[in-house]
Amino acid sequence: MGARDSDDHDGGGTDAFAWALRRDLAIALRTRSELAVQLLFYAIVVTLFPLATTPERNLLSTMGPGVLWVAALLAALLSLPRMFALDQADGSLEQMALSPWPLPAIVSGKIAAHWLVTGLPVVLLSPIAALQYGLDGTAIAVLVAGLALGTPVLSLIGAIGAALTLGVRGGGSLLALLVLPLYVPVLIFGAGAVDAVRGGLAVDANLSLLGAGLIVAALGAPFAAAAAVRIALD
Amino acid sequence: MAEFFAMGGYGWYVWMSYGACAVVVVGEALSVRARRRRALEDARLAAVDAPSRGAGAMP
Amino acid sequence: MAINWYHYASPATFHPLAGRLAAAFAWLAAALTAAGLWIGFVVAPTDATQGEAYRIIFIHVPTAWMAMFIYLVMAFWSALALGFNTRLSAMMAQSLAPTGALMALLALWTGAFWGRPTWGTYWAWDARMTSTLILLFLYLGVIALRNAIDDPRRADKACAVLTLVGAVNVPIIYFSVRWWNTLHQGASVSLTSAPKMATIMLTGMLVMTFACWFWCIAVALWRVQAIILERERGAGWVAALPAVRET
Repeated sequence: MGARDSDDHDGGGTDAFAWALRRDLAIALRTRSELAVQLLFYAIVVTLFPLATTPERNLLSTMGPGVLWVAALLAALLSLPRMFALDQADGSLEQMALSPWPLPAIVSGKIAAHWLVTGLPVVLLSPIAALQYGLDGTAIAVLVAGLALGTPVLSLIGAIGAALTLGVRGGGSLLALLVLPLYVPVLIFGAGAVDAVRGGLAVDANLSLLGAGLIVAALGAPFAAAAAVRIALD
Repeated sequence: MAEFFAMGGYGWYVWMSYGACAVVVVGEALSVRARRRRALEDARLAAVDAPSRGAGAMP
Repeated sequence: MAINWYHYASPATFHPLAGRLAAAFAWLAAALTAAGLWIGFVVAPTDATQGEAYRIIFIHVPTAWMAMFIYLVMAFWSALALGFNTRLSAMMAQSLAPTGALMALLALWTGAFWGRPTWGTYWAWDARMTSTLILLFLYLGVIALRNAIDDPRRADKACAVLTLVGAVNVPIIYFSVRWWNTLHQGASVSLTSAPKMATIMLTGMLVMTFACWFWCIAVALWRVQAIILERERGAGWVAALPAVRET
């Protein structure tokens, strides 16, 4: 796998990250239809809420931020089991764990690929969904900024859950039980930012908290996920 | 006595709270005891099994 | 005083010790419960604003504190289990999870029955109640993960990682929920105006807290005995136990 001559200062961390990112992106591109299904899931969930409640514009714009964020959470959750399961099934995950490259770096690459493939499309689709909920320009900008900061956290924390439930009974629903409570702060700060701007309040506190959360998750989650992968492979 | 149980009209709330705690304490103690007995029973079966398995010579 | 901790870290030596400790803590808990209930129901006077309904806090506050505290203790044992690969600490973490979940459940239940007469509603999206609910979900997640993995050693490590990730998250969750709650203060009842507590009420609450704490220790030790027996089923020392040899 990949180049073995990686004796640079970070123990091959950058190489490992880039290799895993490229590899997972290539696999994702081969299975494009599955990605489309996830995006469609997001669009459908967003469509269901007005049908279940009311098409009334004021109420929709009040609920909108929360609904769009919950839908983003569910869409991220839907794609999480695939993060490691396929690699475990064909044995490549074991090779990654045995390689001289640091496993957290490989896991980071996989997480980045997961976000590019599932998080970023949701971020890009969200302005259209926000229009359906009658949000105005600044609210949409804040929503997109919040999602751009928050969806990587969903992938990072989700990776821990995905690795912990690898090959475990009832994996998918168990993953939801493990991960959704941990998503609560992201949901609160993300949806809260849009609420704040709609109420005429400053949004920088919410967005900086999301950014801080992203930094903490990016520094910690790959190590926890890598530890969980090793536990699952034992 | 009846006045004590009425709790100044708040009897329902007070006794539902303390009652639930009593149920949980008793229930947890009983379930742990049952688990311990099951574990001892399994250990007994394992202890009865193991020597006979060890004694039985390989065919 | 030098105690050989490694001696007690072996399940075989810890099993009888856990039994003796559990009995002692259970008796202490029973005595403190009797004293606490006597203070709470007999000595403490009726509250001027809340009437008799306030007597629920003698059980509500201890369970809420224990729900949080047990998660911390669980995280401590999980860290030991991961760091030193000790089996007994993983078993302690496993044993504490159901007790912690029950404490969170009781905190929510008694909170609802205290909230109804005090705030006029069984459930309010109050910061403390909401974060206790999420804490309950965290406990249930750890228990569910444990039940889903057949290999106990893998379950130990996976649950330890999950518990530690949760422990990092608990303060963040609590902070975020409080943040959310202050922003939406208009929508919910104002709950910050805690009544000044009389010394006798505080005493009752503290006694009940210790009773609750010691009970949790006792029941966790009993459960860890059962867990040790389940895991060490085939071991010679288990077969030599009087309770196993008889019949």
